[in-house]
Amino acid sequence: MKPSPFDPDRPALDVEGLCVDLRTPSGTVRAVDGVSFGVHRGRTLALLGESGCGKSMTALSVVGLLDPVAEVTGGAVRVGGTDTLRLSRAERRKLAGPVLSIVFQDALTALNPVQPVGRQLGEPFRIHRGFSRRRAEEEAVRLMTRVGIPEPRLRARAYPHQFSGGMRQRLLIAMAVALDPDVLIADEPTTALDVTVQAQIMRLLRDLQTERDMAVVLITHDLAVVAQRADDVVVMYAGTVVENGTVREVFSHPRHPYTKGLLDSVPEDAVRGRPLPAVPGSPPDLSAVPSGCVFQDRCPLVRERCVRERPPLRSVGASRSAACHFSEELHRV
Amino acid sequence: MSETPATETSATGTPAPGTSATGTSVPGRRFDGRADAPPLLEVAGVTKTFGHGRRRLTALDGVDLRLRGGETLGLVGESGCGKSTLARVLLGLERPDAGTVRFDGTDPFTLRGKALLAWRRRVQMVFQDPFASLNARMSAADLIGEPWRTHRDVVPTAQARERRVRELLSLVGLRESDAHRYPDEFSGGQRQRIGIARALALDPDLIVCDEPVSALDLSVQAQVLNVLSELRERLGVSYVFISHDLSVVRYVADRVTVMYLGKVVEHGRTEDVFDRPLHPYTAALMSAAPVLDASRAAEDAEIRLRGEIPSPYDIPSGCRFRTRCWQAEDRCADLAPPAVSRADAGDPGRPGQPHAALCHFPLAGEQS
Ligand SMILES: Nc1ncnc2c1ncn2[C@@H]1O[C@H](COP(=O)(O)OP(=O)(O)OP(=O)(O)O)[C@@H](O)[C@H]1O
Ligand SMILES: Nc1ncnc2c1ncn2[C@@H]1O[C@H](COP(=O)(O)OP(=O)(O)OP(=O)(O)O)[C@@H](O)[C@H]1O
Ligand code: SF4
Ligand code: SF4
Ligand SMILES: [Mg+2]
Ligand SMILES: [Mg+2]
Repeated sequence: MKPSPFDPDRPALDVEGLCVDLRTPSGTVRAVDGVSFGVHRGRTLALLGESGCGKSMTALSVVGLLDPVAEVTGGAVRVGGTDTLRLSRAERRKLAGPVLSIVFQDALTALNPVQPVGRQLGEPFRIHRGFSRRRAEEEAVRLMTRVGIPEPRLRARAYPHQFSGGMRQRLLIAMAVALDPDVLIADEPTTALDVTVQAQIMRLLRDLQTERDMAVVLITHDLAVVAQRADDVVVMYAGTVVENGTVREVFSHPRHPYTKGLLDSVPEDAVRGRPLPAVPGSPPDLSAVPSGCVFQDRCPLVRERCVRERPPLRSVGASRSAACHFSEELHRV
Repeated sequence: MSETPATETSATGTPAPGTSATGTSVPGRRFDGRADAPPLLEVAGVTKTFGHGRRRLTALDGVDLRLRGGETLGLVGESGCGKSTLARVLLGLERPDAGTVRFDGTDPFTLRGKALLAWRRRVQMVFQDPFASLNARMSAADLIGEPWRTHRDVVPTAQARERRVRELLSLVGLRESDAHRYPDEFSGGQRQRIGIARALALDPDLIVCDEPVSALDLSVQAQVLNVLSELRERLGVSYVFISHDLSVVRYVADRVTVMYLGKVVEHGRTEDVFDRPLHPYTAALMSAAPVLDASRAAEDAEIRLRGEIPSPYDIPSGCRFRTRCWQAEDRCADLAPPAVSRADAGDPGRPGQPHAALCHFPLAGEQS
């Protein structure tokens, strides 16, 4: 059922130079501009960035669920060596579930409100494996048990609104891992949840990942979640990747002024009454991204070359890169 | 009523100027950091339920708090524990079923007419969502000056109003030229600043901030937090600050109140509550909050709560946290837990600065 045999050296998911254009009333804008990253089985890669920087667009392109107003205009999305962007719709649909799977932020809208959750959880087994309804529902109960829903057999007959937010998110995760995907994309899976529930969900994801040896792409805007839950990080800004590397390296020695600004402005070890080092300004509108460096309007290091020339993402150390002309000048104090 | 520990704010070292940033003195404003001064805000035994007949939900259950002039009280707790309901009670938008609110010695719910109007100016609110809370068809200047239409005597002449709008814009870090722009021409952080300028237009003594930075972009959040703390320094404004982001609360608050299912379960100085929680729920909350530490040490120290948050229609007997507490014993189901303070946990704590919680078996010291 999987497209090609497992190769330990090749990333389970390999995205290269992905570009997505958006048709808006005032013209076409580029929402994702040359995004590349790779994730191996058993590892978690975080896509980190502020609202509107293109994280969800990237994820939706990978799973082939983009809105009709958006279109992939370049790049490759390789899963086990096959470029899924070249597959037909029908071929792609076969990958969703057994190979690639996604968990969305909003569990209430992602579940069907008028169908018992047991039926919904059994669906992937009926569609992809041709199970009978009874057998599919058995699988659903097994999954509900796995994600810690109490009294699963009874609760399988309940509807989504009868579950708490945290339980609904666990149901979605159960549905996403039902067919043992190689790659799981989680788009802000805990943003709407409380910290104690968030920690519970993140632990569940981590356990499932270890148990099933999945590659996980975790989309978030929470620096602390990245620090605690991811191995590698891709920092996005205005549709582009500005920095990537292992979380440990990037967070201890950021090589892009934007990453450094973000890390500095977290109030975690700030002293009360002393101002936080804030990044001035705000992210650019997609229709007005500057032609040189995307961060130039807010960068403390900006100079003439930054306005003229867009810095390419270049290697700044063993297996890490940054898109800044002057990244060598950064020293975190 | 007295079973809930009262939240007492303490003296801070912040000098509290008696004048606003514009140099005009603000009569009637209290800058009493002294421990013996009467509090600016005193909430006692406030209870609020919603619903009809037997299907009633208890959103607030005997809440007590106290806040002194010029101080910031952080309010934390899980979604649905009653934080926004309490905020609405403080603003006089929601009448409690029982209990009292005293602002500068007066119960706002007894006020009528002119006196009520005069009180309303002293307590203002900054909302979470800077997109939804501003009328898109009004310019920044109109939005900031709108409260003066109701409170006509605050800034009486058109000329003075124009000047005051400019002052307020610069106070929150916007440009004078921004006065004639509309909300959709501003970024989220800038809109939130307009919301703050608007709250300041009436020279309030207290600003209730309900998740003021949660809807903001990461890199913009710090800008708004800086504006809020600068206003406190310059104008001596007090804040009640609601946030689910514990690192933000730790940074802004002098004192912290922790709520669980409508009840205050712990309060004290921010450092005490964060570093040496007494209540198991507080300890779990603090340990679950992700921190910027890539070493993963925090995850090992995490306290894992069992079960789900109980329904507010059906609050557990005895201690309401018992269905999720790892320390729960029979007594926790039978008896409402007493108010205990640091001394009960075998720690003298700081005299005159109570740090208290509701628990039969309070935690002793450092977070595990
Ligand atoms: N259906 C759509 N129509 C028009 N514009 C869209 C649509 N979906 C997204 N966009 C725009 O595309 C850009 C990228 O959006 P995307 O959803 O990928 O951001 P994101 O990084 O996921 O942000 P968030 O953290 O807010 O979820 C944004 O500027 C957004 O406004
Ligand atoms: N007008 C209302 N009618 C009925 N129930 C209400 C009303 N307002 C609030 N509640 C209920 O009261 C409880 C407390 O709600 P509140 O909004 O104060 O919580 P909160 O602590 O602010 O939560 P959040 O962190 O999610 O904002 C919840 O169970 C909520 O559903
Ligand atoms: S290229 Fe220039 S503007 Fe861009 S991040 Fe680097 S220093 Fe700043
Ligand atoms: S009273 Fe009992 S159940 Fe409640 S918090 Fe204390 S130990 Fe836990
Ligand atoms: Mg998104
Ligand atoms: Mg609320």
